[in-house]
Amino acid sequence: MVGEGIIKGLAETARNFFGSYVRKERLTTVQYPEERLPQIEAARNFPFLLYDGADSDAGLRCVSCLICEKECPPKCIFIEKSQDKKPDAVGKPQFYPTVFNIDVSVCMSCQICVEVCPFDAIKMDVEYNYPTEDRFAALLFDKHQLAKSNDYYHQIHPTEAAAVDAALTAEREAAAAKAAAAAAAAVAKAAAAPPSAATPSSAPGNGAAPAADKSATAAPEPEPVGGEKR
Amino acid sequence: MELETFKSEIEAAVPGCRLEIIPNPSPSAQHSLLVDPEHGLAAAYYLRDTAQFNFCTNVTGIDWPPKEITEKIKIKQIVDGVEKDVDQVRKTSVPGYLEAVYHLYSIDRKVGPLPLRMRTADRDSRVHLPSLTPVWRSAEFQEREIYDLYGIFFDGHPDLRRLLMWDDFADHPMRRDYVDPDDYEYEPTAHDQVLARAREHAAKAGAL
Amino acid sequence: MSTTYAPSAESLNTDTVLPEQYLEVSMGPQHPSTHGVFRMNVVLDGEQVVKLKPVFGYLHRNHEKIAESESYLGNMPYTDRLDYICSITNNWAYAIAVEKLGGIEVPERAEYIRVITGELTRLQNHACLLGFLLQDMGASGTPLMYAFRERETILDLFESLTGARMMCNYLRFGGCRVDLPAGWLDNAKAFLAEFPRFLDEFERLLVGNEILMERSQNVGVLSRELAINSAISGPMARASGLNYDIRKVDGYSIYNRFSFRIPLGSHGDVYDRYMIRFLEMRESVKILEQAMREIPAGPIQNPAIKARLFRPKPGEAYGRIESPKGELGFYLISDGSGIPYRYRVRPPSLINLTVLEDLCLGHNVADVVAILGSVDIVMGEVDR
Repeated sequence: MVGEGIIKGLAETARNFFGSYVRKERLTTVQYPEERLPQIEAARNFPFLLYDGADSDAGLRCVSCLICEKECPPKCIFIEKSQDKKPDAVGKPQFYPTVFNIDVSVCMSCQICVEVCPFDAIKMDVEYNYPTEDRFAALLFDKHQLAKSNDYYHQIHPTEAAAVDAALTAEREAAAAKAAAAAAAAVAKAAAAPPSAATPSSAPGNGAAPAADKSATAAPEPEPVGGEKR
Repeated sequence: MELETFKSEIEAAVPGCRLEIIPNPSPSAQHSLLVDPEHGLAAAYYLRDTAQFNFCTNVTGIDWPPKEITEKIKIKQIVDGVEKDVDQVRKTSVPGYLEAVYHLYSIDRKVGPLPLRMRTADRDSRVHLPSLTPVWRSAEFQEREIYDLYGIFFDGHPDLRRLLMWDDFADHPMRRDYVDPDDYEYEPTAHDQVLARAREHAAKAGAL
Repeated sequence: MSTTYAPSAESLNTDTVLPEQYLEVSMGPQHPSTHGVFRMNVVLDGEQVVKLKPVFGYLHRNHEKIAESESYLGNMPYTDRLDYICSITNNWAYAIAVEKLGGIEVPERAEYIRVITGELTRLQNHACLLGFLLQDMGASGTPLMYAFRERETILDLFESLTGARMMCNYLRFGGCRVDLPAGWLDNAKAFLAEFPRFLDEFERLLVGNEILMERSQNVGVLSRELAINSAISGPMARASGLNYDIRKVDGYSIYNRFSFRIPLGSHGDVYDRYMIRFLEMRESVKILEQAMREIPAGPIQNPAIKARLFRPKPGEAYGRIESPKGELGFYLISDGSGIPYRYRVRPPSLINLTVLEDLCLGHNVADVVAILGSVDIVMGEVDR
């Protein structure tokens, strides 16, 4: 019969059309923005800086190593390193970025900066809604706009954030254990040294104790994740 | 796939042809065959018809600018009446050239890739190479692209004009010494060279 | 660019003047059916095509020159944007070329993940293309939307694995970036279980359609000899009877472990190029079923290769894969530093366009649109 193929095709169209009233998988339209599709956890849009604790300046994990700036393919990250050091979330003095700008109109969301950061300081956000009338200044995000807390990171990427936290805690514990073992060894060595070789007997004791204290506070230094050489 | 056999066969079939095997030090071991431009077309016909390399998939251009090689050598010199080995620094300058590379495969014999290379004499005036489009039609657009981006003239190409750049464009962008025009807008996050050049523009504009 | 409205010199044979009834028309670059910013200078005798010269370069982004100033890792996200519909196969071709250049091995599980994501990419590319081809031929969007329904599921799978729907940036030299998250393989298997039903439905929708058959059979016939000489590859070559699939010929990655057939066409017309993509989708489903069944546990990255500071020894390599559009190859020359000296993309879409004029001569303008759709071009790849 002439037109048989066309009629069979139209039967398929009818099956899809009427079927969309009956079966959910045939009705695939989502009435955006009233309805939203569920957010996929691994989605990535633009980077943001992580800080621990409540203060975005004091707890910022970024130590201004400039690796993300070097590796960024479209060169949209612009960092200025500080001259002085300030203590980070665990108390060790670190450099910090005085200027950390990302031009999100240039950023192509490749997340290479996240991949190469040795300190888990920069992660990918899921926010995509940045409409603005100013094409240049409003799409240049500075340090304060980029800094978001670790709690926010747990909200948007729970599995990933949990894994990062677990890795960081494990490393800090390992570093603390190593430093405690080193301090204990130093104390044992000082005690075993012959008294005549030392000046007044209190000196080795005084020398050993402050040394042990100093190494204990210096112990929890976040070691580079992934063993990156700087 | 023995390049030595191809070399001897082509030299026998195309009299006067000068071929050279260029070794490839990487683990891919894809050694190439360099043919001189005068006999390039004849060698290509041999490769397609007799050696059955009928699939020329990739035609590309490479720019090798002139470079200076500095090496330390020991030469014998008379110092204080005694012949000794003396260290000397020798600088040799290697002239630059442009190169066209053709990757050939054989469908029936299932071998490949065979990179076939042709080099121009220099980068300025003697930049003509024979076009292999009459042999492999796939070279048609790719040789046009090499002409557009590198500046190699392919003699015998049916339609040699620019492919990607517009017709009135005057330079050859993929060359290593290409300087791109810097008349762009200054954007706030520009840094490094872009920022330096934008500042120069602003200074000039301010001075005017 | 010269903006004259008179026929340009290069598209006219300057020796003879066109007879009065010939008309030169520029199809594109702004045209709903030219698959991107693509222009064809067509000389017409009434409705029949007498001469056709493709003009492109409107999407030229000097990708190859940018690559000469980026590190090897930094070039990976740019490869996503070549054939922007199939980002993972672009990454794969680049990764294979670099692995050839550096002699890098890939662990088993990473190879299986590459095959799974690569074949999923092939499925969504063919679905996308068939939808667009049918839309160009007048089926105003309905088959396109049905095909995109399936494509959306695949893109959601990619997003849950790599973080992005289309610009995946997923493969690395010596493996993959992240491992499959929990439940991903089950979702993929569930999708694959439903996919053949969609293919049957889609075939019933249009394969026997008389209008489609009239418009596409014996239109744009490509002979096998011309296909070989013009280095046509991919489904376009196989529709002309050329039995050349790089998955079988080179046997790259672990493809020689899977049993799948290569569909071949006998006429080389638009209908064959359309049908062959259906058959290829069915073969891809077979490969996916086998790969998802056999995937082993293990590492996904060669531990000797770090992402940063990758410096291959001097040398060169040409690596190629069977991308959904044809043979996608990368030619890399390393001078020992962390930045490639020469980076060349062998784009299947550009090479497949070489014969566009031959295919279109003697046909009508409406057929030109159908023929161009069956060649399956993406301008990101043609212009780079």
